[in-house]
Amino acid sequence: MKPTRIEACCNWVEKRFPMSKLWNDHMAQYYAPKNFNFWYFFGSLALLILVNQFITGILLTMNYKPDAKLAFDSVEYIMRDVDWGWLVRYMHSTGASAFFIVVYLHMFRGLIYGSFKQPRELIWTFGMLIFVCLMAEAFMGYLLPWGQMSYWGAQVIISLFSAIPVIGDDLSLWIRGDYVISDATLNRFFAFHVIAVPLVLIMLVFLHIVALHEVGSNNPDGIEIKESKDPWGHPVDGIPFHPYYTVKDIVGVGVFMFFFATIIFYMPDMGGYFLEHANFIPADPLKTPEHIAPVWYFTPFYAILRAVPDKFAGVIAMGGAIVVLFMLPWLDRSPVKSVRYRGGIFKKALVFFVISFLALGYLGTQPATYGAVIAARIFTAIYFGFFLLMPIYTRWEKTKPVPKSLTHTPSLEERIPAIKATLAEMVVTTEVTTTDGRTTSQIKPNPAGIKAVLIRFAKNLKASLE
Amino acid sequence: MKKFIILLLLLLPLSVFASESVHLQDADIDLSDNASLERGAKTFVTYCLGCHSAKHIRYKRIAIDLKISDEEVLKEIAPVGAAIYDQMHSAMNGHDANKWFGTEPPDLSLIARSRGADWLYSYLKGFYVDKSKPLGVNNVVFEDVGMPNMLWQLQGLQTPVYKNTAEGEAKVIEKLEIEQPGTMSPEEFDKTVNDLVNFLVYVGEPVQLERERLGKYVLFFLAMFLVIAYLLKKEYWKDIH
Repeated sequence: MKPTRIEACCNWVEKRFPMSKLWNDHMAQYYAPKNFNFWYFFGSLALLILVNQFITGILLTMNYKPDAKLAFDSVEYIMRDVDWGWLVRYMHSTGASAFFIVVYLHMFRGLIYGSFKQPRELIWTFGMLIFVCLMAEAFMGYLLPWGQMSYWGAQVIISLFSAIPVIGDDLSLWIRGDYVISDATLNRFFAFHVIAVPLVLIMLVFLHIVALHEVGSNNPDGIEIKESKDPWGHPVDGIPFHPYYTVKDIVGVGVFMFFFATIIFYMPDMGGYFLEHANFIPADPLKTPEHIAPVWYFTPFYAILRAVPDKFAGVIAMGGAIVVLFMLPWLDRSPVKSVRYRGGIFKKALVFFVISFLALGYLGTQPATYGAVIAARIFTAIYFGFFLLMPIYTRWEKTKPVPKSLTHTPSLEERIPAIKATLAEMVVTTEVTTTDGRTTSQIKPNPAGIKAVLIRFAKNLKASLE
Repeated sequence: MKKFIILLLLLLPLSVFASESVHLQDADIDLSDNASLERGAKTFVTYCLGCHSAKHIRYKRIAIDLKISDEEVLKEIAPVGAAIYDQMHSAMNGHDANKWFGTEPPDLSLIARSRGADWLYSYLKGFYVDKSKPLGVNNVVFEDVGMPNMLWQLQGLQTPVYKNTAEGEAKVIEKLEIEQPGTMSPEEFDKTVNDLVNFLVYVGEPVQLERERLGKYVLFFLAMFLVIAYLLKKEYWKDIH
């Protein structure tokens, strides 16, 4: 049979480019474990936000002016006079915060399920490089609106380089291109923000995914699905990424977009966390704001910086907080990947780590009062303790036996009857006959039931940490 | 005991901050109240525009958003000589301002976004007589401010009532009292200031109402999208156990 025109066209390409091979290797015949849960949405969401930042960023560049005299006004011009400019700008600014939320959750997933462990050390390393790039990208992007916080935040962070002995002052001068943050700094940050860093970022994302598809995805059980294969050579516990995870990720995209749109349309400055109030004042090199706080996603590291009394040591500690993350695959000595089969020590350590990370994030937004600095020191110690003591406590801990194949975790729908039963336990329903003869059921809270549920919940929580 | 100490440690960050900011009065912001915005715009042009610009908004934008005709905006709101596509520029130039006040009065386009409505409302009502200051006034929410009380003819002159504090301690203002009444009653004045703040909130982000209106449709669409996406996922996954 003679091929149709479209087929002929496809064949022409196919002979010159491995189109269907790529599609099969990475989508239709890329086998992923079938038990991905909530935590596995954030990788695809990060990719979605990356695309969002690229598109909105390109649109913003069309009207933004990287010039110290014009930058602030050009942003307001975008917000007011450019058609849909406000939407594009809010999508970009909210996207920046969303990127960090998603990436932090994505990293946390790796942490709890041991996705950084052998054989996925390189995926973690590429991922960490992406994280560092993202921080650079966000930091330089934040200077561009040229508001007071942009200016003084950049001033504070770049002056950190001057803490380095001997070369410090010259180095920070070289970075700024001037003795203070100025037009020269704005221009080079613009160049880095729109060209250099995005290029590196996209390369690293590519490497991250290539490395992932070489070894295959980890899963909540931390088992290698490639170890048990069916007669056709496919993993028994695997399903093709497309269509199964493409349709599933679209649900995640829907949920994410719902929250994303809520913020964009109803609270774009997020109470001063996504867009800081002081950043609506144009940059003024002669007026230092009373309280300089970085945007929320940098605050844990900023709190660590301020917790250390010596400036240079503080810079080292802040850098160290990132470096220990890079070293994670080699710090963890546990034979088990997933938190599900790890011992109690790791679980408790993890709880402490999460609390200290959140607390540091909060402390970084607050003025450095005496109490705040003391608290920040304690949480900094916990933060580093979690990583640096890991080689010791993960070796000690008693792990649980790891199953041979993936376990089934009930989905949200499967849990509905249990949730209903729990709710029923917490209330008393009585039939009441009203004066006009109708019977209605009256629902009242049941103290004994609530107490029982709470006790059971506490016991389960305790048991899950054993 | 150990657990108790840990708990205390975790609660520590919550307890170490007791903020000591001035108590602010609540402004009643309603951006859908076009009459209030129009009154606020007139007050702004009469009392503020002499020194402060609002260069990020155009008279045309006000005409469109407040549903007033261009002619009326030029006649009732804009100063004489302004054209409809002009931005709200101040007549005073920066050089003179520096000479007269020691600083350039800030542009007020985004003042509501940096300071907040309640702060502006309290600030505009917070001037009191203080003979030791070059302008004869001070302010309860912005100490030693370099701006005169522009609205004094309307409000009258306020004097502070101090709290009873021990000898040698700094004086604390308990409240302000009107010593010499102005042309407006306190209620009328509050309303005028509120209209002005309402206008400034609008100027801070003229698209606010539009974005909230659109948000409903976007969220409705996304909710529908989510339902369909979920059903699609369920259909595809029904054989996976």
